[in-house]
Amino acid sequence: MTGSTAGRPRKQVHLAAHFPGVNNTTVWSDPAAGSHIELESFRHLAQTAERGLFDFFFLAEGLRLREQGGQIYDLDVVGRPDTFTVLAALAAVTERLGLAGTISSTFNEPYEVARQFATLDHLSAGRAAWNVVTSWDAFTGENFRRGGFLPKDERYSRAQHFLDTAFELFDSWRGDEIVADQETGEFLLRPEVGTFAHHDQHFDISGGFTTPRSPQGRPVIFQAGDSEEGREFAAATADAIFTRHGTYDAGRAFYSDVKGRLEKYGRRPDQLVVLPASTFALGDTDADAEELAREVRFQQVSPATAIKLAEQLWNTDLSDLDPDGPPPSFDPVVSDELISLGRASVRMHKDPVATARAWRARAEAEHLSLRELIVETTNRQNFVGSARTIAEQIDHFVQEDVCDGFILVPHVTPGGLDRFVDEVVPLLQERGSFRTAYEGTTLRDHLGLHPLPVPSGATAEVGG
Amino acid sequence: MTRTNRPLHLAVALDGAGWHPTAWRLPSARPRDLLSAGYWVDLVRRAEEGLLDLVTFEDGLSLQSTSRTGPDHRTDEVRGRLDAVLVAARVAPVTSRIGLVPTATVTHTEPFHVSKAIATLDFVSQGRGGWRPQVSARPEEVAHFGRREAWGDVLGDPDDPATEALVRDLFEEAGDAVEVVRRLWDSWEDDAEIRDVATGRFVDRDKLHYIDFSGRSFSVRGPSITPRPPQGQPVVVALAHAEVPRTFAARSADVVLITPRDNATATAQVDEIVAARRAAGREGTDHVFGDLVVLLDDDQARADARWAQLEAWAGRPYTSDAEVYVGTPQGLADLLLARAEAGLTGFRLRPTALPQDLDAVVDGLVPELQRRGAFRTAYDDGTLRDRLGLERPTNRYATTGAH
Repeated sequence: MTGSTAGRPRKQVHLAAHFPGVNNTTVWSDPAAGSHIELESFRHLAQTAERGLFDFFFLAEGLRLREQGGQIYDLDVVGRPDTFTVLAALAAVTERLGLAGTISSTFNEPYEVARQFATLDHLSAGRAAWNVVTSWDAFTGENFRRGGFLPKDERYSRAQHFLDTAFELFDSWRGDEIVADQETGEFLLRPEVGTFAHHDQHFDISGGFTTPRSPQGRPVIFQAGDSEEGREFAAATADAIFTRHGTYDAGRAFYSDVKGRLEKYGRRPDQLVVLPASTFALGDTDADAEELAREVRFQQVSPATAIKLAEQLWNTDLSDLDPDGPPPSFDPVVSDELISLGRASVRMHKDPVATARAWRARAEAEHLSLRELIVETTNRQNFVGSARTIAEQIDHFVQEDVCDGFILVPHVTPGGLDRFVDEVVPLLQERGSFRTAYEGTTLRDHLGLHPLPVPSGATAEVGG
Repeated sequence: MTRTNRPLHLAVALDGAGWHPTAWRLPSARPRDLLSAGYWVDLVRRAEEGLLDLVTFEDGLSLQSTSRTGPDHRTDEVRGRLDAVLVAARVAPVTSRIGLVPTATVTHTEPFHVSKAIATLDFVSQGRGGWRPQVSARPEEVAHFGRREAWGDVLGDPDDPATEALVRDLFEEAGDAVEVVRRLWDSWEDDAEIRDVATGRFVDRDKLHYIDFSGRSFSVRGPSITPRPPQGQPVVVALAHAEVPRTFAARSADVVLITPRDNATATAQVDEIVAARRAAGREGTDHVFGDLVVLLDDDQARADARWAQLEAWAGRPYTSDAEVYVGTPQGLADLLLARAEAGLTGFRLRPTALPQDLDAVVDGLVPELQRRGAFRTAYDDGTLRDRLGLERPTNRYATTGAH
């Protein structure tokens, strides 16, 4: 019943597991909710994803505890591990699953990040992936030597140069240097190894890179931005793109936009995998799932959270407001000074005055309290239904080029993916749209990306 | 006061194919596996079979080199390495008792990142994490980061006063880095996570603390992104083979590694460390371990022959900051017990060849020390701090006092 685009073989769905984050979408108050810091939680979710033959596990990064109204925000999960360290530990308890992490290009240096990713790729035998983000704010910068010096218009430029520099480091070893001939005593094939030199307005570095070429050559590169520059950056450089466009129409438009940008970089459409982050509510029947979805959304928006989310739009203290009463009758405070700090999503309210007016109109028309209004306007799960319904929708979206698959974000840690893997994955397999075994060993294999060419050699061999 | 009745603590320092530059050529070596997880897992499991307190992992932000001031472009020695913190994390879930102490350079890195990485290592190892902060004075590492003023090649001349000034500055900065890392580990009180469904609060924010460190080369606000690790303060181990690093180590580390070649020197250095520690207002029964390079074989002749082979391959005599012992496990046991008289509480052994000399430590030295009542015969439960007899420290920011 799902119509494939004419004449083309059935597309294979890509699935990934996102460790629940530090937004209100993660329901820590659920009796089944476990630790966000013990290895056991990461192990459970990663092993569940591997049991479900997912492409990869994804872990975001935190560099400063969030604040709102001048105080540390205490209503959502607080506290995260170091991304690299957890991924390296997970490499020990998984065998095929890709291990993807967000690492900021702002509060790091290319030499260090490149050796960490090269190491992770070695230690996981070719399963590392890097979601490159920029986090420019002075608030986060207070935790770092570097500070928050970066003007906004230089963010993408620095990120692009950071990545270019990291690529030079990854390519500074060709992969054939270590011969380790115990008879002759020759360990290296040639004396110049890991040689690099990079000079631009952001990075002025040179020398020798410590870490030989890793199994994938470099980590798989993810990009998550949605702006014009972000899309261009992804088209030029990324292997996979992490999007918010999970609805049918918006997804198709985004998909065709970014895939259309590849040709001018000499890349084919299948060299950029498009994966929206998606939530789901899975029930025994569609009706059960609807009820569950609503229940979860009320858990996600507690009375206290409703006030705090309203403050993020109105950009002012609303602590005296009754969450069961109407939304504020006044317009938001428009200012560069934000009540909420350390949260990327705050700037999503591009026109707060218009949004607030629309919210007020809806609350009046539908007789909604502030909390009900927020439940209705935020956090609607992408997929709600029985396993069969969800499998059909996922497959339909992929076959119709809304995307190439989904990064699933469960709302409960660590067991929130268990039922999905047990019930939805077999149905996708039945439809012929999902692997029944891992075919390759590296993350590039899982994503259908070709192996990278061996670098021609920053260190050209004399006479070679 | 004699200390020989007190059991020794034993650590092994893991680095490449071992500490001798030609060790990779021995038939027992695995020189093509040095970048694989399996190699490191096998080594640490072996050390755990020997009931050792901890292993350290060497690292550096430049290629290995025989030169102090830059790459040497040699093709006959091991070159290329992995990030030590991540190697330790990779090993953690598949080991259960042994302490894991990676090296991380402080000179070019962010204390905030180091702090959360080591805290996370402590979580993934369930209280077995540690850290060996390392100062880098290597000029080529400055060029790898491009963030500091180049300091030229002053290090080529150890008698140049500029060298001494630079070294002092770098160790002072290292002291600041360890202070920041330690404050960040304490920036969450142990019971900060409350998950109070009634009020909707996940944490009690009064138990999260800004550290507001302001030093000469950086300032850090805090709190950490990562909760207080299982040990409260993971074990900090510092190598100190000269006066400036000894002062740093005495102030900053829980375990100080020194490199005496005789008991008189060992006694003098232990006294110096105890005095420096006291001057810095530190209490407790912290450790001073002796560092030794070791080659062990069943009899002296075989040990000597293997050493001679390594030296012949190298074509130049091996030099080290630490004493080199070539001989039998019995002979080494004699030496360690004699050295312990000088006030050392344990030793970190640098195997000449891996895995061969680690095997000899586990199969030869450990049973020998056990026979003499000088080493544990089983692991107790507990964290690395517990194994070292270090209390779990009170949080410096705790507002609620002891319960």
